[in-house]
Amino acid sequence: MGKSNVFDLLGPIMVGPSSSHTAGAVRLGGMARKILGDEPVEGSIFLHGSFAKTGRGHGTDLALLAGLLGLLPDDERIPDAPKLAKERGLRVKYEIADLGEVHPNTVKFDLVGRSGGQVQVVGSSVGGGTIVIHKINDFQVEIRGDYPTLVILHQDLPGLVAQVTLLLATAQINIASMRVSREKRGAKALMILETDQTINDAVLDLMRKLPKIEQVMAVEPL
Amino acid sequence: MRAYEDWVIEAETKGIKLSEVILQDQIEELEQTEQELFQRMSTNLKVMRESVEAGLIGKRRSLSGLVGGDAAKVEDRRKKGISLVGDQISGAIAKALAVAEVNACMGKIVAAPTAGSCGVLPAVLFTVEETCKVSEHDLILALFTAAGLGMILTERASVSGAEGGCQAEIGSAAAMAAAAAVELAGGSPRQAADAAAIAMKSMLGLVCDPVGGLVEVPCVKRNATGAAIALAAAEMVLSGVKSAIPIDEVIDTMGQIGKQMPCALKETAQGGLAVTPTGRRIQADFL
Repeated sequence: MGKSNVFDLLGPIMVGPSSSHTAGAVRLGGMARKILGDEPVEGSIFLHGSFAKTGRGHGTDLALLAGLLGLLPDDERIPDAPKLAKERGLRVKYEIADLGEVHPNTVKFDLVGRSGGQVQVVGSSVGGGTIVIHKINDFQVEIRGDYPTLVILHQDLPGLVAQVTLLLATAQINIASMRVSREKRGAKALMILETDQTINDAVLDLMRKLPKIEQVMAVEPL
Repeated sequence: MRAYEDWVIEAETKGIKLSEVILQDQIEELEQTEQELFQRMSTNLKVMRESVEAGLIGKRRSLSGLVGGDAAKVEDRRKKGISLVGDQISGAIAKALAVAEVNACMGKIVAAPTAGSCGVLPAVLFTVEETCKVSEHDLILALFTAAGLGMILTERASVSGAEGGCQAEIGSAAAMAAAAAVELAGGSPRQAADAAAIAMKSMLGLVCDPVGGLVEVPCVKRNATGAAIALAAAEMVLSGVKSAIPIDEVIDTMGQIGKQMPCALKETAQGGLAVTPTGRRIQADFL
């Protein structure tokens, strides 16, 4: 493991019993909610591996639901998430699923938002409350929720990366990390950028107007 | 790779506390002021205190129904003035059980270093607080001593049961608590490191074998015994006893043993107490 700091060792402040199965699960739910970008009203939660096997005893089901409701890992209302969901009009059903060759603590959300938007999110709780989102709809991603993250689906064309980064530079937004991948030369490509500053809607709109950009998704950090 | 020894030497050379060396390191590392770091750490201490209080009176039970109410039993007996092991040790046992029970019952705790081992450090700190005259400021500083050791444990070995077994969780928590206790009780940086080494050595080889995969059996009670081991280690070094093997070598050994440990004994619930006839029955009944 890499360099840590004192607050990695004392913390997080969280509702128990497990940093991976409870705190991490709340964060996964929270991340799925942010990716949906709306108040979820309907959802299917697919539990894989250890989440399916020991989830109930760890309150993983409650924690995932609490995250979908926007609760944080230290919120003492997590055990009451089902009641809260009912009050807010969120209906979820849980299923046990085999999600393939993934981390044992993996979950898939199939969500519908208040305004009708839908999203599928797959993520894992990889230890100590740390999470990774692996998949949004059909796209393989890697989002940890530590930074504002931009997910851009585009055509693989020369200069497109430069145009995106120029927009960010003009808005004084610093890039912390960046990954570009593509299906094949000239085909569909994916850009994932983590930034130090939040990206405002004006910048996002400009980005959407760039040629050959198909989709721009901004995910706030947790 | 960093060594705890480096910080011990720096503290000895400058004539300051281990916690002050670690605090200085973190001011540079996190680019935050001393005041900001202190503020964040004081929040940890506050939540630790609240979790002890909630657990000592708590009537809640865990989701499986296996855990709850034991801290209150020990505390009640102590309050009646009856104790086989004396007020400090019985108090530490009660407090460690309290926090670990709060965790198992979905209450709020500070992972220290993990949720499964969250009871050890608060139990030891607040026991020392009752025994010696220490200020809130000293307690917060001692958390830096503990967390600094945790950083070395993470870098040289692991604090995850899935990677290193229970020795990596309760063992690490006991070592961190022992170092903090010695600093609070007025011991030297060298003594703090020695107490950590002795505590860790006493936990080497301990496997992670939770019944049903839950953070309940045997985890909750191991928090209490871990706290007692930390206090025993602190008592030894404060009396002048030294650790024959230095802390960093003990940590490396813990890491090695963790790697040698079979997967069945690392948080998979496929070995140890989890597969005893009773363990299996509990799993079948509750899950």
